[in-house]
Amino acid sequence: MDNKYRLTMQGMTKHYPGCIANDGVTIKIKHGEVHALLGENGAGKSTLMKMLYGVVKPDQGDMFFNGRVMNIKEPADARELGIGMVFQHFSLFETLTVAQNIALALGDLAGHSSSLASRISKTSARYGMPLDPHRLVSTLSTGERQRVEIVRCLLLDIQLLILDEPTSVLTPQEVDALFKTLHSLKKEGCSVLFISHKLHEVIELCDSATILRGGKVSGHCIPKNETSESIARLMVGDSTPISNQTRRARGAGDFLTVNNLSTNAQALFDTPLKNINFAVQQGEIVGIAGVAGNGQEELLKALSGEEIQENSSAIKFKNTVVDALCPLKRRRLGLACVPEDRLGRGAVPDMDLAQNALLTSFDSGLVKNGFLVKQKISQLADKIIKKYKVKTPSNRTHALSLSGGNLQKFIIGREVEQNPQLLVMSHPTWGVDIGAQVAIHEAILTLRDEGCAVLVISEDLDELYKICDRIGAICDGKLSPILDTDCVPLVQLGQWMAGDFNHDLKNNTTQITPQGALA
Amino acid sequence: MDLEVITNILYATIRTGTPLLLVALGEMVCEKSGTLNLGQEGMMLLGAVAGFITMYQCDNLLIGFSVAALVGIMASLVFAFVALNLNASQVAAGLALTIFGTGLSAFLGADYEGKTINALPTLAIAGFEHIPVLGKALFSQDAIVYLSWALVLGAYLFFKHHRAGLAVRAIGENPGVGNNLGLPVMRTRYLAVMFGGALAGIAGAYLSLAYTPLWTQNMTSGRGWIALALVVFASWRIERVMLGAYLFGFASIMHLVAQAFGLAVDSNLLAMLPYGATLIVLIMLSKNKQKLKMYEPMWLGKPWHKGH
Amino acid sequence: MIKLEPRVERSKSWSYLSPVLAILLTLITGYVVFALLGHDPLNALYTLLVAPIADWYGVTELLVMTTPILLCAYGLALCYKASVWNIGAEGQLLIGGVCASAVAVNFVDSTSAFALPLTLLAGIAGGMLWAGLAAFMKLRLNTNEILVTIMLNYIAVNVLLWAVHGPLKDPHGYNFPESALFGDSTLLPVIFDGTRLHLGLAFALLALCATWVFISKTFVGFQIQVLGLDASAAKMAGYKRAFLIAGVLVISGGLAGLAGAGEVAGPIGQLVPQISPGYGYAAIIVAFLGRLHPLGITLAGLLMGLIYMGGEMAQINIGLPNAIIGIFQGLMLFYLLSCDVLIGYRIKLSLPFKQQKTQLTPIAQES
Repeated sequence: MDNKYRLTMQGMTKHYPGCIANDGVTIKIKHGEVHALLGENGAGKSTLMKMLYGVVKPDQGDMFFNGRVMNIKEPADARELGIGMVFQHFSLFETLTVAQNIALALGDLAGHSSSLASRISKTSARYGMPLDPHRLVSTLSTGERQRVEIVRCLLLDIQLLILDEPTSVLTPQEVDALFKTLHSLKKEGCSVLFISHKLHEVIELCDSATILRGGKVSGHCIPKNETSESIARLMVGDSTPISNQTRRARGAGDFLTVNNLSTNAQALFDTPLKNINFAVQQGEIVGIAGVAGNGQEELLKALSGEEIQENSSAIKFKNTVVDALCPLKRRRLGLACVPEDRLGRGAVPDMDLAQNALLTSFDSGLVKNGFLVKQKISQLADKIIKKYKVKTPSNRTHALSLSGGNLQKFIIGREVEQNPQLLVMSHPTWGVDIGAQVAIHEAILTLRDEGCAVLVISEDLDELYKICDRIGAICDGKLSPILDTDCVPLVQLGQWMAGDFNHDLKNNTTQITPQGALA
Repeated sequence: MDLEVITNILYATIRTGTPLLLVALGEMVCEKSGTLNLGQEGMMLLGAVAGFITMYQCDNLLIGFSVAALVGIMASLVFAFVALNLNASQVAAGLALTIFGTGLSAFLGADYEGKTINALPTLAIAGFEHIPVLGKALFSQDAIVYLSWALVLGAYLFFKHHRAGLAVRAIGENPGVGNNLGLPVMRTRYLAVMFGGALAGIAGAYLSLAYTPLWTQNMTSGRGWIALALVVFASWRIERVMLGAYLFGFASIMHLVAQAFGLAVDSNLLAMLPYGATLIVLIMLSKNKQKLKMYEPMWLGKPWHKGH
Repeated sequence: MIKLEPRVERSKSWSYLSPVLAILLTLITGYVVFALLGHDPLNALYTLLVAPIADWYGVTELLVMTTPILLCAYGLALCYKASVWNIGAEGQLLIGGVCASAVAVNFVDSTSAFALPLTLLAGIAGGMLWAGLAAFMKLRLNTNEILVTIMLNYIAVNVLLWAVHGPLKDPHGYNFPESALFGDSTLLPVIFDGTRLHLGLAFALLALCATWVFISKTFVGFQIQVLGLDASAAKMAGYKRAFLIAGVLVISGGLAGLAGAGEVAGPIGQLVPQISPGYGYAAIIVAFLGRLHPLGITLAGLLMGLIYMGGEMAQINIGLPNAIIGIFQGLMLFYLLSCDVLIGYRIKLSLPFKQQKTQLTPIAQES
């Protein structure tokens, strides 16, 4: 094999019982090229990368690096060749410093601790992502944590940097900074493999792209020569409807009002909320954008009742003050809640679907005189399964066995079936396949059309722009203004996410909504 | 107040606190790697009986203590296998070790109750032992007391300066991340558990070979549990474990102190002191939820398997 | 190479088979140990497990021994279902015995019909109070319940000793550390003449039914299960954690206290320095062995009672030290924990030339 390409993966195949994760996938990356690996959730991108990095053994296929055969048995082998990988979920220890984390990750290659600290400072500054090596990781924002992961790779002379969905945890400004760093790397001859499903970013950044669908390569392209529709077609095939159409609505009459909500940090790594003011009306969907760690969880818990504020009257449902009420009482006032965690918190993993239906639906006639009415519980579970098309053999299967999308459909179905007047959701479609995502969005929109007030907290800006009527952002515990979605350009939202609430709207001339959002 | 009384109280405090110190130090290292071993009582008793029987048979203290340490390690390995390899509940596995160890030690030691051996002699450090008040307490102790001090110092330096110490802490926070980074999670945790076992064995042998010195079943009387509370008391910081151990040692000898000062207190009430003191200390420490969480290893007691 | 692979769904059949296998393994180990010690292994096992119940009196004795264990174990099962690690049944039992005795010694010459109920209620109250202390410390002061309940156990032992040496000592008793013998009005009536089997058995059966219905058929029982399996889901659903935790602790404390009262007002008939050979600790193992299910606990409790009796018999008849009981108990728990692995994991033997089959993992979340 000649040395034309930095990386060649040829005919990669991997089977799991019940499905073929990768089927004869071939991908070629040139020297100094930024190459995109596209595909929607479940297409096989993750498996391919795990094979490259030595986490998973391929059933068939060969890999070549700079023309030579690769023999990868574990991640250390990949690192030795000069491949650096930044996973979606960071491998960082919160109670250790940046330098300590990198020392553990690099092992013997880290050298002496004092020289390591200065190397970290120098390298991070050189690539435009400055880091203080003595800071505890727990004090870093998500964007800064990603920097630690990238700098860790950069400290070893890498020739190929792999980034798995790097921008889902960044504000638009941080995305720009990342792209600048990647351009510097490219100039030095390092290749970049950019895994993503965000088409507008791929078009902006990448030189070439390989698209996966259902475990197979469905096409190659040069992104700059394509439109987001044509690339999207390659990702989802011809049968799935792609539409940028959506339906906006106007709310009427406040249901949820939040006035001057402030909280103290309950646990060690919490973000305190500072003077949050907003309202959600009946028959509208309000979205709050923000990178993880800025107070979303705290806001959700304050609204759901998981964290109670005594002696406070900041949160009202219609005209009833709910601050001191527990989740049970808030449910009786019309609240339904879908938290970010599905296995655990949203559903009990070791209980079956019937029991999980009972979990929050106990007021729907399922309990009589303190005793459980088993028949009604089973009926409710079956109803949810049928109506929301949850793929499962029966209501006796454990929540643990369901796929992410199916479990999320069940949980949302359970909450919606309680006919709530206020539905609060956090990251409703993360990690969910496209079919389930469409179904979930449709269910939310239908609920809104029936007059429910809906609040969606999410990192997925495409999702927020698609379904929300009004939109805002949370940063460091503070909330931006909430305006009609169609009046908030992406750049504006990005500034809000970065905490800049006062920037002048008039100076923004870029596109109103991000392109390439799949239906 | 007689100076000699104070000197003797200090001396006794250190001697009484030494088994607590050893067990707490061993378990602290174990817990730093994320493993909660509630089997201290069982390991101590096995070490005590093993040490006593060995000493009775061959009259050699070094061999006696070494066998005790070895027995402690073997007992801890049973726990390690069930809790770490089979991923069973660490609480249940530790309890099982305590119950099993208590029973087995009583069984093995049944014929040795009432026998005597040559106890561990004091190792005075020439010259210093005559310093008033502190001299006897600090420089006229036995070899195991000095060993306990050396181990505390060694452990402190290990965790502060050695990368392996860093790895132990990291694994205790998140073994999954450690595994992703290529750290030897299983091996590290096994070694941590074994270290705890060895020290528990030596601590038990200290009771039967130096402190009392004799063998009776259940002679540890809950010291293993108190040591577990000590680890919490020290907030998982090595430098604090000595303070806690000697404080509890002091609480344990209150009946002697009362005698020395001529106070007549019901002996049963006094016997409750160490346990009551433990409760009070636990209460004081746990009240500040945040502070506790700051030092407790985040993955303590939680199961982890490579497939996760 | 033996490898453990997670199952897709936890195996229900293994959750029933595992305790059986554990008991079997314990018996086999016992056989081997007896043989190594030079005793006839079959005879030893017979003495341990069969001889005690060879006659009617033996059967009633078994029930006498099992009653307090079961009462404690039913309560502990509730706690463990909620993931509250109550190790304090022994202490709650002892305090229950002390409180019951404190009342009973006032009724020695009385014929009042209230004497026995008051005595038992005092025992229940004592156990509830002792467990309530642990609940208070856990909920209000955030302490770990394992360490707290264990410390309370040791304190309870000393409270009992203080009581028999002091305030409850029989003034006419020649200075022995014992209370006065209880009068007939405060003794539990015997069910079968010529045996020691007393009304306490009825309480145990009642507790069996009550806890069974409670945990499986009521909403509060459901909440307890959710709390134990996933505390954050319980929080999100709005279940009152403090109420549930305090509830299970106090209920189990009451049951343990009743067990203690039953011992002093039943087979012992007075307060003495040792009223329990570790029933509270045995109950822990019984609860685990019985899979936290009232029926399983009943069976496991009978086995445990049998081992207690067998251990005493073996000591008398073949000279095996009493400590054999503790060894068997510990072994059973270890074997149970080991066999339980098979519920969640499958054992795969990998041979060098065979194609490895991997377990299904949900793929949908992969990108």
